[in-house]
Amino acid sequence: MRKLFLFLIIITVGVVFIGRLFYLQVFNQNTYDLYEDNAIRKVYDYPKRGYVYDRNGTLLVANQPSYDVMIIPREVKALDTLEFCSLLKITKGDFIDTYKKTYRYSPRIPSVFVPQLSKEDYATLQEKLRKFPGFYIQKRTLRDYQTTIGANVLGDIGEVNMATIEKNPYYNMGDLIGKQGVEASYEDILRGEKGIKFIQKDRFNRDIGPFKDGIFDTLPKPGKDITITIDAKLQEYGELLMKHKRGGIIAIEPSSGEILAMVSGPSYDPNLLVGRERSKNFTKLFRDSIAKPLYDRSLLAQYPPGSPFKVLNALIGLQEQVVTTDDRFGCRLGYYLGSRRLTGCHSHSSPLSMNDGIAQSCNAYFVNVYRRIVDKYKDPAKGLTIWSDHVKSFGLGGFLNNDLSVGRPGRIPNGDYYDKAYGKGRWRSTYIVSNAIGQGEVETTPLQLANMAAAIGNRGYFYTPHIIKNIEDGTIDEKYTKPNYTTINKENFEPIINGMFDVYNKGTASTLQIPDIEICGKTGTAENYVKINGVKTQLTDHSIFVAFAPKDNPKIAIAVFVENGYWGSRFAGRMASLMIEKYLKGHITRTDMENWILTHSLENEYAKPYSGEPFGINKETTLQVIDNVQRKP
Amino acid sequence: MFRENRRALKLDWITIILFLVLVGFGWVNIMSASHVGEDFSYFDLDQPYGKQVMFIGLTIVIIIIILSIEAKFYERFSSVIYIVSILSLVGLFIFGKNVNGATSWYGIGAMTIQPSEFAKFATSLAVAKHISDIQTNMKSLQDQLKTVAIITIPSLLILLQNDAGSTIVYASFFFVFYREGLQQIYLILAAIVIVLSVITLKFGVLITAIVTTVFILGFYFLRKKKRFSVIQPIIILGLCVTFSFGIKMFYDNMLKPHQKDRISLWLRLEKDPIKLAEMKQTILYNLNESEKAISSGGLTGKGFLEGTRTTGKFVPEQHTDYIFSTVGEEWGFVGSALVVILFVGLLIRILYLAESQKSLFSRVYGYCVASILFFHFMINIGMVMGLIPTVGIPLPFFSYGGSSLWGFTILLFIFVKLDSNKVNDW
Repeated sequence: MRKLFLFLIIITVGVVFIGRLFYLQVFNQNTYDLYEDNAIRKVYDYPKRGYVYDRNGTLLVANQPSYDVMIIPREVKALDTLEFCSLLKITKGDFIDTYKKTYRYSPRIPSVFVPQLSKEDYATLQEKLRKFPGFYIQKRTLRDYQTTIGANVLGDIGEVNMATIEKNPYYNMGDLIGKQGVEASYEDILRGEKGIKFIQKDRFNRDIGPFKDGIFDTLPKPGKDITITIDAKLQEYGELLMKHKRGGIIAIEPSSGEILAMVSGPSYDPNLLVGRERSKNFTKLFRDSIAKPLYDRSLLAQYPPGSPFKVLNALIGLQEQVVTTDDRFGCRLGYYLGSRRLTGCHSHSSPLSMNDGIAQSCNAYFVNVYRRIVDKYKDPAKGLTIWSDHVKSFGLGGFLNNDLSVGRPGRIPNGDYYDKAYGKGRWRSTYIVSNAIGQGEVETTPLQLANMAAAIGNRGYFYTPHIIKNIEDGTIDEKYTKPNYTTINKENFEPIINGMFDVYNKGTASTLQIPDIEICGKTGTAENYVKINGVKTQLTDHSIFVAFAPKDNPKIAIAVFVENGYWGSRFAGRMASLMIEKYLKGHITRTDMENWILTHSLENEYAKPYSGEPFGINKETTLQVIDNVQRKP
Repeated sequence: MFRENRRALKLDWITIILFLVLVGFGWVNIMSASHVGEDFSYFDLDQPYGKQVMFIGLTIVIIIIILSIEAKFYERFSSVIYIVSILSLVGLFIFGKNVNGATSWYGIGAMTIQPSEFAKFATSLAVAKHISDIQTNMKSLQDQLKTVAIITIPSLLILLQNDAGSTIVYASFFFVFYREGLQQIYLILAAIVIVLSVITLKFGVLITAIVTTVFILGFYFLRKKKRFSVIQPIIILGLCVTFSFGIKMFYDNMLKPHQKDRISLWLRLEKDPIKLAEMKQTILYNLNESEKAISSGGLTGKGFLEGTRTTGKFVPEQHTDYIFSTVGEEWGFVGSALVVILFVGLLIRILYLAESQKSLFSRVYGYCVASILFFHFMINIGMVMGLIPTVGIPLPFFSYGGSSLWGFTILLFIFVKLDSNKVNDW
């Protein structure tokens, strides 16, 4: 026993040690990952972000260097704080606070002391920086907007959030990523590929040289430039017209599906989201829950489309052969079922054929057509589903699957929809006549309406609306170059297009004619409601206008939507006509109309629901006139 | 000449080969732990790995000298060697150089010599000499006390120089005493002392008293004696509780803060998260980093000079006390388990040789060698892997440092010499 005692203890200790080693090294071991090793610093080399040009080659977005003043707190020596603060334009209090904060974070690791100096401040500081040991300058690249327009189109870049980092391993904490607009939808192309350097650290977190002489390091690949389909001049003009109004404008080139303008009002200067003030400005925009400047109304405003939707019903009626162009329907200031008025109408001559039905936007006419479509079969659900499929073939009621960063599907109900709501077989066409005139359950976005106009202008097909025109050394997705055909035969379009032409000639938009341009349009007026203190309150109608021009081989299709603009031709119609003229002629001849739009504001209308006082709508509204008109957006 | 050659052939080559492998592999790891940059010269005398080459070279000289001296010399002059060694320790109080808070070095030019590393073999010789004396009886208390005095003098001197780690090593002589006839009761007492200390520190005096009471009651109950002695268990209980109090007092008042922290960490005593976080930054840091380095090695390791944590010098003192973490990172489980096996093999070989000695002096000395090496091996590797509290002592033959390498070499090769001479011992 005495001989074996030490022997046994030695064996035991040896076994315990090997067991512990097995636990530490084999059992409890994840595979070694260079990226996870905190003894290796990963330094990323960020490439140049791609530039953005408009369709005419105008540079819209470039890059600018920005300079962060960095600090390594323990290397800071006594300095002339007063001089330093005045160079950086900070107070001595700021200086002390930031110094303490960075020191607490780490005395050894560099921290940002003052972010994003301007070029001017950098120039003055750089000369004197040698007097301030412990401080140095780190260059970063920021976006440099060459324009003040198109904030919703161009978008912005900001620091990537945790959710994205977890989903996409490319991104690291502090990386910049496109947040909105084309910056978001073409992030992969614009950003390029960052390079990486592995640097061996020591235990004080100091660099001691490249890891393995840099054999794992990669070089950054620069981002590619893109050309977008936006016409900067048209976009600028649209934003000018949208001043003091809320709403959206989408202009599309029907022959290609390229989006020429995408205006959302109110807008903001994209330069606000660059530089030192970014987070302050972003918060301000983000918190504005009334005007919602960050809400892209051209893409997200999902509302009942109102009367422009009627033309689809006319098309479907012809396609389903339930109506001819000569069928006339009477209107007694509305559509009556027996003695019950299902929908009202304004005063016009009666009865009307299709052409006048469109030109005069007669509600009763379209309720009749709609009921014939739905009641074509015994089961209204079948008729409605056929109707719904026709409507959806125009790109309504679903996402367009395009390259815009945001979007809404809209809503086009079908038979199932009402079967679910009312019960199978427990509803009839009279229940849903509001759909006939673009109210009720039908909802669309301005983009979808513009696309609908393009499809009508093309006589039966459209290209998926998109914003990318060209990618440097790349091709654009072929889904943008393949036409999507609607379910309506080509010959059925002519009567409808003539009706829309007569909207300008003699109908609801006859005051909006533009000399030498044949415009086909359709006005729209959509009722809308909000909840004020829990009470459903009707507001002044939305002004909507859909148009394309010229009549044959259209160059532009447009949808304009102005919140609470009252009737279609009042705001939206004028704006659409001006946009068309601006695009086709390059200058404005209807300066009277332009003046009217520029001098009239709807701000007072928007203030009403928040005033806390009772207010009148529609007929009781008064126009607000602005005196000092800005001719620049 | 003829006789000399025959003797040389009787050297135990297994021990020598194990020794050479350990020293060589140690040097490889010192190089990993101390090289700077990608380009370096293997024999840069400004760097630890270069100096270690020099130390190893001198070691060979020392081995040759030791092996050429007549074996009887060590037994005869053991007292002289011991006294010289004690004097060198005393001399430290006058001429010593303070390194890292411990006054345990002599500075000779650019070199530093740590006499405590040499005191180990000197003490071993003295202990062997005393126990092998025909008049010594390890069962008698008087002789036991004399033997303890032999090891207490150097260990106290070392403790006074603030080198608590090296002092603990002297506890390894317990194995020698036990082998040479120390009564069984001491072993039981030692076990009780360890268990009581741990329970006291972990759970407090009250729990210790309760546990002790339960044990004593159970013990007496199971013995089923007809007549119960009442006084005996009460005295035992009293002693235990007093000891428990003593340990608590010792821990609270006598230990230095860093020693207290090490123990409190090992026993997971610290519950305050702020204090704990602070400890992680300071004393737990070494342990954390060394454990991380070891576990990052995986099964086969990252390869020679490829260890990122080693290259980054994340583990402080990695070429000295924490050298084993380099083995763990660069050679993985395979390499580090091999090192453990080599050590265990060497220790068992020494034990086997010790038992086969005909002379009592050689056997006791062999036991001393095995015990001391074993203690260093157990404490150092146990500490690096986080199994026992942090105690700063080197890993024999592996850690960087001339004094420790030479100390262990002398310790081992005196035994190799004694062993080679066993044929002549009649």
